[in-house]
Amino acid sequence: MGVIRVFKQNFSDFFKKLFRKKNARIGIYGPPNAGKTTLANRILRDWTGDAMGSVSHIAHETRRARRREGVTIKANGHSITLDIIDTPGLATKIDFHEFMEHGMEESEAKRRAKEATEGVIEAVKWLDNLDGVILVMDATEDPYTQVNVTVIGNMEARKLPLLIAANKIDLPESSPSTIRDAFPQHPMVAISALEGKNIDTLYEEIAKRFG
Amino acid sequence: MKMQGIQMDLISEEKLAEMAPVEKVRFIIDEVRSGKILVLEKGLTPEEEASLIEMTMTLIDPEGFSGIEMESYPSKDDTSIFGKLLKKHTVRTRLTVVGPADQLKTLKKDRNMISALLSSHK
Repeated sequence: MGVIRVFKQNFSDFFKKLFRKKNARIGIYGPPNAGKTTLANRILRDWTGDAMGSVSHIAHETRRARRREGVTIKANGHSITLDIIDTPGLATKIDFHEFMEHGMEESEAKRRAKEATEGVIEAVKWLDNLDGVILVMDATEDPYTQVNVTVIGNMEARKLPLLIAANKIDLPESSPSTIRDAFPQHPMVAISALEGKNIDTLYEEIAKRFG
Repeated sequence: MKMQGIQMDLISEEKLAEMAPVEKVRFIIDEVRSGKILVLEKGLTPEEEASLIEMTMTLIDPEGFSGIEMESYPSKDDTSIFGKLLKKHTVRTRLTVVGPADQLKTLKKDRNMISALLSSHK
């Protein structure tokens, strides 16, 4: 009897693996210091109890893409399982002097700059391997940055879903409506990844867009 | 009297159209590293912009080249009758300004205007 049960279980597992839908790979993108890792940490803490990585007020804290597989998000009565990739901040320039302004030694600043350039390359390469993007924008900054324009353009060219997270609405100078006006063709949710403000609305939109 | 300043090249759509994507990116990087500001009449495709960022990162040198400043308008969908007839989704690229990061600084940008500051001092 036990043998039959084991056989049934193995048979069932085999078919589950065979027909299992691949998890959608969702990249978290944005300029340096927009709050990408803060958001990734928030999502992971809410749904797995874990964290993605360290955060810092100094730009380019995340210099290697980090991937977390099988994050299940439940919203609107639906359940969606995603692979989440927290990418290094995209930039067109990296000057080690900016790190020195934060008190780093020259050698450390140069090393961080070198690692940051490698991180940007990695983030660009990931664009070819995604099923969708959460683009994190700092709602206190001008939304028309080249990084935002390039990421949005690449998602549109690939016809992949994009969700804009207008982050840092806990700050009084934030203006998520400016982001909405700049890119009206894409859904946007105003959030504070740090405080968790409006985060449930973001989960509902994630389930809707990437499910 | 010798005139001092920054060279600015305005590149026509036709000139870039003659080049393969990799040639475009190489051309832009080489020109910008030599200190020129380029104004591209029709800009680059989003994929070419991503390639340009990627190549820029490989060439950043702490002693000399800190990267590029690039500004383009958000792209638009091609709404031409020809495009609609073919039901083909294409993105219309738009004017783009590229220059060395230590000489070109964007002051303000919105949907229809780019305001930039040029500096001859590195």
